[in-house]
Amino acid sequence: MSDDHVYLTLAEGHDDDTRWAYGTGFEDPLHGVDTTVPDGVDAGELADLCVTLADDALVSAQRLAEWTTRAPELEEEVALANIGLDLLGQARLLYSRAGQVDGTGRTEDAYAYFRDADGFRNVRLAELPNGDFAFSVVRLLVFSSWRLAHFERLTAHRDPVLAAIAAKGVKELAYHRQYAAEWAVRLGDGTEESHRRMRKAQEQVAPYLGELFTAYDVRDEVVAVLRQVTEAAGLPMPVYRPLPGSGRSGEHTEHLAPLLAELQGVARAHPEATW
Amino acid sequence: MVITLLDARRARRIAEQVPDPELPMLTLADLGVLRDVSLTEDGTVVASLTPTYSGCPAMAEMRAGVAARLRDAGYTRVEIRTVLDPPWTSDWITPDGRRKLAEHGIAPPGAAPARPAGPVPLVLAPTRRSVPCPRCGSADTEETSRFAATSCKALWRCLACREPFEYVKEI
Repeated sequence: MSDDHVYLTLAEGHDDDTRWAYGTGFEDPLHGVDTTVPDGVDAGELADLCVTLADDALVSAQRLAEWTTRAPELEEEVALANIGLDLLGQARLLYSRAGQVDGTGRTEDAYAYFRDADGFRNVRLAELPNGDFAFSVVRLLVFSSWRLAHFERLTAHRDPVLAAIAAKGVKELAYHRQYAAEWAVRLGDGTEESHRRMRKAQEQVAPYLGELFTAYDVRDEVVAVLRQVTEAAGLPMPVYRPLPGSGRSGEHTEHLAPLLAELQGVARAHPEATW
Repeated sequence: MVITLLDARRARRIAEQVPDPELPMLTLADLGVLRDVSLTEDGTVVASLTPTYSGCPAMAEMRAGVAARLRDAGYTRVEIRTVLDPPWTSDWITPDGRRKLAEHGIAPPGAAPARPAGPVPLVLAPTRRSVPCPRCGSADTEETSRFAATSCKALWRCLACREPFEYVKEI
């Protein structure tokens, strides 16, 4: 095998377990990582937590990828695609960890491609359509602020694999939050029109905040960050009116199924495919 | 025993020379992603790699590259391990790697920010950081986007020579 050029190498046959299917195509992202579950860690709970965090990331990554060719400027398109790629990477590691510890030995592809909408545990905030750029900025600000705070806590998790995934994610999420926060300030403190759109986006996002805060106590930290950003942006803190139901228990909006149909279509049509 | 030590050193040298798929002017050793190469008692070469970013699509290619080079060099048993902890930092790019980046028009990273335990603070004030232009050396540069063609880079431009350039982010 030649490694002179990445694309030539990809096109060659592989004699090891490298598999090129579905667009992820890579071998196990936790390849060669010690898979032991430490004593005192409940494997089922750990697997559920990993799947939940992976679902949030996978669905968000899919929405972010939809901005490709549609973002206001090339730089924003590249930024949003990169943020999506980081989240996709986090999802792959987390699904792989879940499959290792839940006893089924499921691969990342089994989680991503062969579960239906009611099997997904992502927050509904992640699956809402992209809307305008302001909506995507407000959503990303809320989501990345919450995920960063949560991951920062998870760096102390007793499962060393989850803790390591979180430690890596913290560095990436800090960049995501920074990006969203700077855009929130620019738009909130921009023109009348951009301010109006940010207000509208805040109203649309507010009902979905509650789902993020149920399981882990990072609410105060996240609210403090949102307050810091809204003050700098000249925006009000939105009034929180929770919606019934939760994506965490598999109750989703009508928007998740079409998203998954697009994400899963090729894999389901050709379940044995290798590239 | 002596032979084993020499052999381990040779295996390490071979693995160190594998180029990075996305920054081919750098070896995996320059980039700091090759964490360890050792030889077990049964003669298996164990090479440990760490990803730069969670979503780095080059990871599989790095693994395949290291395995292929070692097999070509006569090591029949090769095992590649992924190491996630501690996470990669741009501080691990070697001085040699930084020099090569600059020679290829990519500004090398500064020191990664120290991250004390606890909540990560959000700084909204513009940070006055100067990244010298890798072409003309001018300090009169500005960021155009914090994200670029690969996860590890940002886009900058030089206001003196007007050239855009890439910059490896501190992480």
